[in-house]
Parts: sequence; C-alpha cells; structure tokens
Amino acid sequence: MSKIEFNGVNKRYAPNLPMTIKDATLTIEDGEFCVFVGPSGCGKSTLLRCVAGLEDITSGDLFIAGQRVNDLPPAKRGVAMVFQSYALYPHMTVAENMAFGLQVMGADKTAIAAKVQAAADILQLTPLMDRLPKMLSGGQRQRVAIGRAIVKAPKVFLFDEPLSNLDAALRVQTRLEIAKLHRDLGSASMIYVTHDQVEAMTLADKIVLLHTGKLIDERGSVAQVGSPMALYHRPGSTFVAEFIGSPKMNLLPGTLLAAEAGHALVEVAGKQITAAVDARAAAAGSAVQLGVRPEHLLVGDSGEGAGLPATLLHVERLGDSSLLYVNVGAGLPTMTVKLDGSVSRAAGSALMLRLMPGQLHVFDSTGQACQRTVELPT
Amino acid sequence: MATGPSSRPLWGSALLYAAAALVVFVSVGPFLYMVATSFKTGSALFDSSFWPKNPSTNNYTALFEGAQPFGRHLLNSMMVATLTVSCALVMAVTAAYALGRIRFKGKGLLMLTILGVSMFPQVAVLSGMFELIQALGLFNRAIGLVVPYTIFTLPFTVWILTTFMRELPNELEEAAIMDGCGPLRIIFQVFMPLLWPALVSTGLLAFIGAWNEFLFALTFIVEDDQRTVPVGISLISGATAFEVPWGTIMAASVIVTLPLLLLVLVFQKKIVSGLTAGAVKG
Repeated sequence: MSKIEFNGVNKRYAPNLPMTIKDATLTIEDGEFCVFVGPSGCGKSTLLRCVAGLEDITSGDLFIAGQRVNDLPPAKRGVAMVFQSYALYPHMTVAENMAFGLQVMGADKTAIAAKVQAAADILQLTPLMDRLPKMLSGGQRQRVAIGRAIVKAPKVFLFDEPLSNLDAALRVQTRLEIAKLHRDLGSASMIYVTHDQVEAMTLADKIVLLHTGKLIDERGSVAQVGSPMALYHRPGSTFVAEFIGSPKMNLLPGTLLAAEAGHALVEVAGKQITAAVDARAAAAGSAVQLGVRPEHLLVGDSGEGAGLPATLLHVERLGDSSLLYVNVGAGLPTMTVKLDGSVSRAAGSALMLRLMPGQLHVFDSTGQACQRTVELPT
Repeated sequence: MATGPSSRPLWGSALLYAAAALVVFVSVGPFLYMVATSFKTGSALFDSSFWPKNPSTNNYTALFEGAQPFGRHLLNSMMVATLTVSCALVMAVTAAYALGRIRFKGKGLLMLTILGVSMFPQVAVLSGMFELIQALGLFNRAIGLVVPYTIFTLPFTVWILTTFMRELPNELEEAAIMDGCGPLRIIFQVFMPLLWPALVSTGLLAFIGAWNEFLFALTFIVEDDQRTVPVGISLISGATAFEVPWGTIMAASVIVTLPLLLLVLVFQKKIVSGLTAGAVKG
C-alpha cells in the first residue's frame, strides 16, 4: 500500500508571495513511477519536498497509503529521498551512511547489517563498503544515495533531479538502473523530479506537468497528468504541447471555418487545412491555433494532406535527421520541420509543406486543446 | 635564464633568508633565552653567555618544593581551562546551529549583541563580575573562574562557529531530517564531525585565553591553594624581599608554555585546515 493522494494542496512561502503550488490534486497509484516535470520555477521540487515533509503544506491534504500526513514528521511518513547533491554524510563510510537512518530509528544491529548488505548487493556496492564518500566517483555516490533510501524499505521513493550532476553517458546508464530498480522493488511508489523531458518520457508511468509563472495563478499548478504517450499525443493545452517534444511543436494562428464531429476546417495563412479534431465546442469564425510537431510535417509538391508553401531560412543537419527552419508567411512564427537523413537545400529556396489531418492539433482561443479524433497510441 | 622554479637572483635569496632568520630570531629568541636561563643558578643567571656552563635542574625542583603550591596551581589552571573549553564549545555549537541555520526574528540584533559583549574591556566588567561570582558562591574557588572565562570566550567562539555552520550544505541537514534525526542528533552526530577543524581552532584559542588570564584570576581568588598558574608565577618570591628568583620564574614559565606547545603540535594540521576552510570554494 503506497498510494499517494494530493487533495487541493497549496503552498505559499510567505503571505505576501504568490502561490508556489496552487490547487494540486492528483493521485499516484501503488507501485507507480510518477515524474514531476516542468520548466524551472514551476514548483516541482517544492511539491516533492511537501511529500517528504521538508516543506509544510499551506492548505489542502496529503495522504500516503490512506493516512493524512500533513502534520507528520518526515521520518514517520515512510518516505525516503535521494537528493540532487546526494547529501552523503562525508565523515561516514558507505556502510555507515546506509546504516545511519536505521540506527536512528533504533533497529537492532544484525537486522541493520543484513539490510545494508542486501542493498549493497542490489547496487553492486559491496567492494566499496569501507570507503568514504570523497573516495567515490559521482555515479558511485549516486548509488550510495539510492542505497540509503532502499535500506529503509520505504513506501515511497522521492528523487530530486538525481541525474543532473552526472555526465551524459553516466546519466543514460543510471537512468536504466533506476528503471530496473523500480521494476525490482515492485510495490513502492516513486516520485521523480526532473526538468529533462527525456528522463520524464523514458521513466514515467505517469507524468505530472506543472505550470509556471502566471499560469499557476490562472489555472492551478497541474497542467496535465497522464502517461508519456498521452501527453505527447493528446496535450491538453498549448503549454503542454510546447513543453513535451523536442524540438517543440509549431503553433500557427488561424481561424476556425467549420467544425464537425470527426474533423474541423481551419484557415491558416490563406490556406484551408483539415484537422482530425472535434472542434464543435468553439464557435465558427473564432481564432484558433493549429499545432503540428516538427517530426509530423512532410515536404513534397504533391501527396496527401493540405499543402502550405514555405521559404527555407536555415538547415541544421544532425546526421540521422535534419531540422529545417521555414517561413510560411509574413507575421507568422518560424516553423521547424524535422526530416530524416541529411537534407541539402539552399536557404531561400521554396518548398511545400504537407499537413496530414491525423497529425494536427487545434487549440481554441484560450489555449485549450480540441479532442483529436484519430486512433493514437496510449 | 631561470635555473629552477624561481628566477630570483642569489643576493635576493640571501636577503630573503636573512629576513626570515631575523623574524625567527625575534620571535623564538626570548623563548630560547627563557629556556636557557631556567637551567642557570646563582650568579650564572647574570652571566652574559647564552648557554649555561653548568646546567642544573635545581630551579625546577625548587619550584615544586618552594613555599607556593606550584603543582596545585598547574592542576587548577588545567582544570579551569579544560572546563572553560568544554562549556564554551557545547554552548557555542548549539548556539551556532540556531544562529546559523534557523530563521527567526531578531537574529541579526542577537548576533550584534553577542559581538558587542566581547567589546567590553575586562576592567569594565570586573566589579559586576565580582558581584556575580559572589552571588553564585564561587568567590575564592578556582572553578569559579570558569564563569568569567566562558563569558569572555563565547562571543568569539559563537561567531566563528556560526560562520562555519552556515556553510554546511542544506541538503545534508535535510538528509538527516529524512533519516529521523532531531536537532541535537543533527548537531552532534552529523555536523560536529564536519566542524572538527573549527572546533579545534576555537577550542585551542579558548584554552590559551583561559590559561593565560591574569586579572580575574588575581581578583576573584585570594587563597593560595586555589590560584591559577599566571598569578602563581607573579607571586613567586625569593629567600628575601630583595631577591627576585629569576631562575625559578623562568622554570615556571617554561613549564607553563609546554602544554600549549604540545596542544598546538598535536592539532596543528587541524588548525591550518580550520583557519583556511571556507576561505575559498572547493
């Protein structure tokens, strides 16, 4: 049992400051890997620290395994935390670091030794048990920090940007180890904070995307909760659409001409474009935004989908793919197109973009998404 | 051009070493003279030669067999200094935790007040302190000196330790909280081991202060048995009122210096890292 429920959680650091967390309501199921993600300043670390008990909740309720924990001290919540800087005790060996929490709780010595050994086996730390943290590499320190969490057999693991201090290669490896750890530990839930959407997409069962800045006050902290594929394919708002996916989604201002159950007709840059969305909630003639991801755009003078003439501004070749920056009309934002392979075209040349109805998103004037009507992965 | 890591000309090196020798001579010279004199007796004391011709330890034995209970004075000093250091450190570490890591109103004012206290000269508080000692029933008892010494050491100790305490990473404290530690356990099991260099440095300075203190020791104690070493030495008298027993005084001075020398030698590595820690990042 390690379900976590947020019920209208608010957090304000001081009465005269704006809300850091506003009306966070969500549920993290037993054994679920939940990632809090968002731009900097969105309060994702604050929300994690509220679960840990390092920050008080201003109002609202937080339940762990059915128990209200608002006023419970951190050590009594059944949570363990892995810090960004690892926060190992510098004067203790690896073994002592892992055992310390259990000693404080007053467990007996043989039980502690057994648990520490078991954790060391899982994390391959056995040869390092007598070393001090300063004698370990970054990746090893990270494993000790995780080991310190494992020995407590918590109901919930909390990770605060655990990979951000590692180099790129080690980050990928540790990411895989954390995914494996989650599979092995089974019933414990995990909450993982990151600003890196690759980590979020690859690790999460459930992503919680948080608003930043003014949007917190206008719409509450939580922008969207869902599986990685749901956030990618069915973003609920322009904020989510632009945050998830790299390079970010192209948004073009347009006008809704007609809406039916299965599709809508939108005018953008003087062209009529059909999108497979249900836009009946928006009034015909109202301003909308048409969204399309760079990887979903095609280039070709003929073929499926509506054509949109464009001028090439710049090409970035990444080896496996190329990014084309194009202009589709005066006053319209520059669009990004991602194509496979190396594209060799001169800047200034004209090309025709093809927009497939099934790949398009439509957002109403307030930035809310219209339901897509095509079959999508979940 | 350069014949090594430094390109200093020969006369430059010579000058540098001469200057260094001068500094060493000025600072160590009196001490060596004191040691040499302590082994001289009789008229040899007024001899101009540096090393004694017939060194003897008479002065040392005379010291412990004389009218004053010098051994007792030493023990008193030892006890007072040790107690002062332990009281000051325990109070300072806990105070530094509060001042360095907990946010509360009036902290700045409190810190300034603590600093202000240390600005008063000893003489200014002498009469007040006398009343306090008397009220506590500690007048004329060596242990009573721990009170004024601790009071005078604390501001400095608290300030230094607060600075160190502030620099300890936040996440370390939070990790300890997650492990179920209360404030006392955080202070003594997590932070204390990290503060060792600072504790050794401030503790040593507190020890030296208490060890050398004269005015309070002279004022608050009249009984010979309860005196501390600095006062004891000043009261060493010769066979007649006209004789100043230089030999014995020098022997006493050497003995008094030894514990400090020993402490500094034992802890010197820690002191250096303590004095420089936090000066630069990394």
